[in-house]
Amino acid sequence: MADNSDPNAPWKTLSGLGTTALTALLFLYFLQFLAPVAAGEPVRFVWDWIPSLDISLSFYIDGLSLMFALLITGIGAMVMLYAAKYLAGHPHYDRFALYLFSFMLSMLGLVLADNLIALFVFWELTTFTSYLLIGYLHTDPKSRRNALQALLLTATGGLAMLAGFILIGITQGTFELSELNAAGSLADQPFYLGILILVLAGAFTKSAQVPFHFWLPNAMAAPTPVSAYLHSATMVKAGVYLLARMHPSLSGSDVWVWTLSIFGAVTAVFASFMALRQTDLKQTLAYTTLMALGTLTMFLAGSTGYAITAAMTFLLVHSLYKAGLFLMIGVVDHGTGTRDANVLGGLRGAMPITAAAAAAAGLAMAGIPPFLGFIAKEVAYAGALEMQLWLFVVPMSLIAFALMFAVAGIVAYKPFYGPQGELPHEPHEGPWPMLLGPVVLGVLGLLFGLMPGIAAYYLIEPAVAAVMGAPDVGGRVKLWAGFNLPLLLSLITFALGFLLYQRHMDLRERLARIEARAPDLDAGWDRLLAQFVLYTKAQTKRIQTGVLRQYMFATFSVFALTVLVTLITRDVGGVALQFTGLSFMEWGVAILIIAGTVLVVQTSSRIVALVALGVVGIGVALIFIMFSAPDVAITQLLVELLVVVLLALAFLKMPNLDPEGRQKHSLPNAVLAVAVGGLTTVVLLLVVDQPFDRRLTDFFEAASWTQAFGRNIVNVILVDFRTLDTFGEIAVVAVAALGAFALLKGFARARDAKEEDK
Amino acid sequence: MNSVIFTAAARLLVALMFVFSLFMLLRGHHLPGGGFIGGLIGAVSFIVYSLACGPAEARKALRISPEVIAMLGLGIALLAGMFSFIVGYPLFTGQWLWVGGDSYETAAFSLNTVLVFDIGVYLVVLGGILSLTYAFEEET
Repeated sequence: MADNSDPNAPWKTLSGLGTTALTALLFLYFLQFLAPVAAGEPVRFVWDWIPSLDISLSFYIDGLSLMFALLITGIGAMVMLYAAKYLAGHPHYDRFALYLFSFMLSMLGLVLADNLIALFVFWELTTFTSYLLIGYLHTDPKSRRNALQALLLTATGGLAMLAGFILIGITQGTFELSELNAAGSLADQPFYLGILILVLAGAFTKSAQVPFHFWLPNAMAAPTPVSAYLHSATMVKAGVYLLARMHPSLSGSDVWVWTLSIFGAVTAVFASFMALRQTDLKQTLAYTTLMALGTLTMFLAGSTGYAITAAMTFLLVHSLYKAGLFLMIGVVDHGTGTRDANVLGGLRGAMPITAAAAAAAGLAMAGIPPFLGFIAKEVAYAGALEMQLWLFVVPMSLIAFALMFAVAGIVAYKPFYGPQGELPHEPHEGPWPMLLGPVVLGVLGLLFGLMPGIAAYYLIEPAVAAVMGAPDVGGRVKLWAGFNLPLLLSLITFALGFLLYQRHMDLRERLARIEARAPDLDAGWDRLLAQFVLYTKAQTKRIQTGVLRQYMFATFSVFALTVLVTLITRDVGGVALQFTGLSFMEWGVAILIIAGTVLVVQTSSRIVALVALGVVGIGVALIFIMFSAPDVAITQLLVELLVVVLLALAFLKMPNLDPEGRQKHSLPNAVLAVAVGGLTTVVLLLVVDQPFDRRLTDFFEAASWTQAFGRNIVNVILVDFRTLDTFGEIAVVAVAALGAFALLKGFARARDAKEEDK
Repeated sequence: MNSVIFTAAARLLVALMFVFSLFMLLRGHHLPGGGFIGGLIGAVSFIVYSLACGPAEARKALRISPEVIAMLGLGIALLAGMFSFIVGYPLFTGQWLWVGGDSYETAAFSLNTVLVFDIGVYLVVLGGILSLTYAFEEET
């Protein structure tokens, strides 16, 4: 399938396989931490980053972060291998490999970071890299729009979260998560509510809780491997990870329990109905992801052993089956040319391996024994019964799990065993790199179910201990827990789910009718964005008038006001103007300057005004000469000269001053000019009033010759003592000249082009 | 500007002013002057020339385009500053080479990076101002 016409094709393949291999190596690297972490010994790495702000680059590997790290690298490697085949021959495949690898690293940093600021940086890195991934098919406007939507929504939430983190840092005196969690709940601390709301804003937008859910199904615009990765173990789980990570600090209040229970349950139930309503299998899976996120949030509301165990077990099982199912859908799409649930059917003959992998993932999703999904559901019911709001949580879980059962049938059973429709082309089995992921993930779901002790000891229980902030009693994760209420609830779930599956075509039609009447948040988002653009345009028009006079008026007003307020509030006392003892020459220069100023204000000719301004400048240069500062005087004189020349060149091309326009603005302008001049004079007099500090002067007088071998102190300072400053200044001169040059030449070129068009 | 007197005088004046600008650059370490002032004077000399004979003629007289001169100056200044870094001092420390002696008093003359830096300043100011002026003048 590789495009032979592309000479870089081998390199592109190599970039894909290279990143895959690196990710697999990272997975193997993290495996070594399993035993020590399971034994209760978390690992911590620290590097100083911004010591002055108490921000360090610290990484912390405990049960929770290790489980995530293994899922991220393990599923990551399989997805990358899959993508190498799925996107083979795509002209920008190398770019894709880079995006996916960067995303994987950001996600890894996020779950391993122990410092809140580092966590935030990685959090936003995942936002940016996922933006690139979702918008990978950038020629499609819908893809670009959906990528932007995900970016804006999750980045806004991320900023709120940063504010929450800073509040934590200020009130608790540390940004280190391990220290915070060891200190226990913040529930009785000041600003707890503010911190909670801000952090939840970040977590809920990232993990797409209702009403921020709409970006997630839209993110399906990405290629299937991206969906498989972002929506199983990574991106959207980041919010859940944050809730779990900060559980010891933030839980322990009624607000936490109510908020998470309600948001989670509503998201879970809403999403399961929406999943049933979709016909595109990828969209169906997107909504089941939402359901999983809601369920996880709901269980993280609790603080009991079963609730947390339920969350961690479900997290593991969902990551495995969801990645498998997404990858499977990709194979089906690849092999048949469609993802429509109404058309697909009877593929088991043509795609036996895919069918088997899908069956394994589907059974896990439906929660059938002996798959790990069954255990997750049992523990979940046990957890729900322990919850503070069990009266609300248990029925909501029941509805969600039953709907999940039905959806599992639609996604994993019907395409392979149901009646076959009109397929775009003859179905064929996928190549092995695309089958490896679904098969391995499906087998894992079964193995963990058959041997729950291993999964519990190495993955689930260490994670539960990390979330609860204390070693866990364990023993909750087992295949057969006896005849109890959760088992009964499971049986009800199966019955209800089977019924729903039987009637799903009918239900789908009804749901579609309801959906048509419900408010469309996605369209609302577009309207909001359009309104925002209109508002910013209006605001820009108001502030950026393009009239230089208005800009200067605003600038000098602010200047005058701040100086005035400072002078009044600081109570600086009075200043006195002294006119005695002035020489004849000093009077002469003063009169020259005043005369020049009056002329500038009075004249209606630009050139006269310019020359008069030159007179003022030369008067200032004369003052420098009188006070023996020849270098400054020469520079002042030359700069005045050049300003006159440059402005004269510019003025030659401008119309004459409009006398009426000047008249109209003259009063406020005059007040402002007098205010700025008067206040500057007062400030200068106050400065001169202070005794002169000679330390710098003395140093330069003494050191100029002995250290820098120069007798002209001004120049020695410029080229020796303060060379870096001078270098900065000449860089500014050069860049300003280039900028002005480009502007002038650019205008000329644009005008030439316009004239040519005519 | 079509004044014969100005044009004729300009040819003489411009050369003098330009030499004077170099003089100001070189004397700057001990007496009023230096790269900044020298660059300004040099720029004025070429502006006078361009006013007398037109920007096209002035560009020809400069031989190198002023933008290139400015960038060259920036590069020279940077290299002068980096030299001390390469020989193991902090960036932009002045380095002196005494010729015919071992200190300022005994040496016949000295070579130093400070002057090289000042030459860079001179070129940036000259090139920067001229690129602006020429662009203005050519903007018709």
